[in-house]
Amino acid sequence: MSFLDRSHTVAGPGFSRWLVPPAALCVHLCIGQAYAFSVFNLPMTKLLGISQSAPDDWKLTDLGWIFSIAIFCLGFSAAIFGRWVEEGGPRRAMFTAALCWAGGFLISAAGVYIHSIWAIYIGYGVVGGIALGIGYISPVSTLIKWFPDRPGMATGMAIMGFGGGAFIASPLTNTLINKFSTPTHVGVAETFLVLGAVYFVFMMVGAVTVRVPAPGWKPEGYVPPVEAQKLITKSDVFVYDALKTPQFWLIWMVLCINVTAGIGVLGQASAMSQEMFPGKITATAAAGFVGLASLFNMGGRFVWASISDYIGRKNTYFVFMVLGGLLYAAIPYTGQIGSVVAFVLCFLVIFSMYGGGFATVPAYLKDMFGTRYVGAIHGLLITAWSMAGIFGPVLVNYIRQYNVAHGVDKAHAYDLTMHIMAGLFIIGFICNALIKAVHHRFHMKPDHEVELAQMDVGAVSEPAGA
Amino acid sequence: MTDNTQQDGLMPVKLVLAWLFVGIPLAWGVYQTLSNAMKLFQ
Repeated sequence: MSFLDRSHTVAGPGFSRWLVPPAALCVHLCIGQAYAFSVFNLPMTKLLGISQSAPDDWKLTDLGWIFSIAIFCLGFSAAIFGRWVEEGGPRRAMFTAALCWAGGFLISAAGVYIHSIWAIYIGYGVVGGIALGIGYISPVSTLIKWFPDRPGMATGMAIMGFGGGAFIASPLTNTLINKFSTPTHVGVAETFLVLGAVYFVFMMVGAVTVRVPAPGWKPEGYVPPVEAQKLITKSDVFVYDALKTPQFWLIWMVLCINVTAGIGVLGQASAMSQEMFPGKITATAAAGFVGLASLFNMGGRFVWASISDYIGRKNTYFVFMVLGGLLYAAIPYTGQIGSVVAFVLCFLVIFSMYGGGFATVPAYLKDMFGTRYVGAIHGLLITAWSMAGIFGPVLVNYIRQYNVAHGVDKAHAYDLTMHIMAGLFIIGFICNALIKAVHHRFHMKPDHEVELAQMDVGAVSEPAGA
Repeated sequence: MTDNTQQDGLMPVKLVLAWLFVGIPLAWGVYQTLSNAMKLFQ
């Protein structure tokens, strides 16, 4: 299908680059549904018993694996398919993501119909997880190339969509399940089918709309900085050579720390707020707090990434690390003085920086490694997210559990975790401070670019140009 | 090549449609979330 080729997506005269962010949002708003998958959990525990769980119904612990497998496959597929996405172009990647995403829902619907949890693990978890990874990185480098003047804002818009997808999916899923449910049937399979079809159409609109700029294209009136900027390279680094640079691993650490802190608390926000403020924050209010947190998570993606275009990527992460550290250290104090407002404000800023960390990192990578393989390098970096997905909840949940088991009052069970988070941000600060420009020996040489791009992973034994 | 929308008279319409296509569902989702979040202050 040649219309998927990169060469068929080169923009013609008259194309506006402002069509590319909505194309990217078409994909990210759909795959962002993953954050709302928990909406399915309760109905899926009653597929046989209908009004209450039957002995053969799935347990919540069984269902929890679906999301975990999907997030694992997200990181895995982004790392594995990053180079293919970069070289094949955004349309091929978006089309593949759409097929896998819709296919994942289709297999899951079949899994519900025959009551096989393994079909859902494979459908939503593996196939859908691959769609998450490919879809997440598919528009990144294209946006950076269209917006060389504001790369942070451009990628921030797309990645904001990933945060926003849950806002749409959550009420939509509830509406569909209610519509398809009867007194003798829970409408999960039908909901999977409808969501798969709707997401496929939506993502295909993005795939058809997306374009890459013609070689040498520049935005009207844009003049690239003449003076060399220390932390913004004009050269490119080959995808697998980036792994050999300390800069990649330092940014990996910074992202991992930022996500570890955010993801752990985000997953526990409802329970934590109620336990730290017993009687003051009810379950309903806690649900509101989680919704507000998600909004700041989404908004922070656009706002912080846009700010990074003006203050620089390194400075933006310095703000995350310093402000984040201070706010985490202040959380136990807000509990001591019983200030719900201070508690909520602290966390809303933290959640905005959690989202901001995700959205700013593609532009940070572009500054360090150039635009040529930024999407693929971003794919490799997403493994930091997968690791943080393990560290964060462990830090928050297990330390709380340990404290409660040793007689610590629930209101203070999170204090140690908050101090550990603040300590992690000091490490993140140091990692960020150590980031310098990539050594020129890693830069691709023009006459070696094609040759390097065709080399296998294992064949790259020396840094490009070394 | 630049953002010369004059060469494609339909480009402004395409832009509006594309942004509405993603903007309307997102705005609906944000509205739903904000409505629930207001319970925090009640």
